[in-house]
Amino acid sequence: MARTAVLGRLEWQLGNVAELVQETPRVASLVLDVPEWQGHLAGQHVDVRLTADDGYQAERSYSIASAPEEARLGITVERLDDGEVSPYLVGEVRKGDKIELRGPIGGYFVWRGDDDRPLLLVAGGSGVVPLMAMIRHRSAIKSPTPTRLLYSSRSQDDIIYRAELDAFSAAGDGFTVAHCLTRMQPPGWRGYARRIDRAMLEEVGWPKPQNPIMFVCGPTPMVEGVAGHLVDMGFDASSIKTERFGPTGG
Amino acid sequence: MTVQQSDLKLDGNAIAGLLREIFAMEMTTAESTCAGCSKVHAVGQVEVYMNAPGVVVRCPACGQVQMRIVKGGGRYWLDLTGIRSLEFSA
Repeated sequence: MARTAVLGRLEWQLGNVAELVQETPRVASLVLDVPEWQGHLAGQHVDVRLTADDGYQAERSYSIASAPEEARLGITVERLDDGEVSPYLVGEVRKGDKIELRGPIGGYFVWRGDDDRPLLLVAGGSGVVPLMAMIRHRSAIKSPTPTRLLYSSRSQDDIIYRAELDAFSAAGDGFTVAHCLTRMQPPGWRGYARRIDRAMLEEVGWPKPQNPIMFVCGPTPMVEGVAGHLVDMGFDASSIKTERFGPTGG
Repeated sequence: MTVQQSDLKLDGNAIAGLLREIFAMEMTTAESTCAGCSKVHAVGQVEVYMNAPGVVVRCPACGQVQMRIVKGGGRYWLDLTGIRSLEFSA
């Protein structure tokens, strides 16, 4: 272990589960006390490692949901029924359990909050998690950056952080959210009721002269579709940051 | 559910932890120049396939295999033939 420290590699550390929040029927947030946590940037992730009694280990990567300013580290996990790690983290883990993790990891898909260009955040499903870290960070530092979130979910019950997003939106400090529900809409639904398309991005997004920064996170086909539309609309590829989620075993 | 090859495609963000193990530093903001088409991309942007016995990294512009990484038996095996150069902060 001493050798890895000398090389500047990330060490595995233990986080204590302080709180569990069931966000939707399939998604839960784990709020962790990590005594040796060195801090993170909004958009980074952690690797979580589970070890079975026979020594078998499985590792998965989860986006950090909490703002850098928060005392505890939050991750939000979607349960994949045939996954090796997520069914433990969503359903079996209990308050007081210890979880092995390392991080923060990543640096490409991050927003530091020191840039006044308007933000367009586009999320599909649990792709909202790293974007939520940015939204919470924006609120924590009282950033005036005009920010719009376009968030696609299957149904109203599948919207993660719904109440908190509504509260941020109601604060009137330049953050707005537009929801689209792709599979099922409640009676009287006034949001979008289709997959994210170019017309929606033109309505919700920023005009090109405002020089926005865009972060897109979700399943691969959604991310590539959205990024393709934004490039077709004339935005420079360097202003579009993408992160793909995939069925890699959960 | 039918899994399409395109659904299995991820990006360089997914191997940030693995690259950190190997290079001992944050590598998704590093810029790689493709040996096939000479285009430059941030490592966070490259195409990544993790459903093989190892990790395969391809150029998002031309599809050239840039990296192959296998970890096992306490060793790493890293093939960087498809990358002309990697540039990152000291």
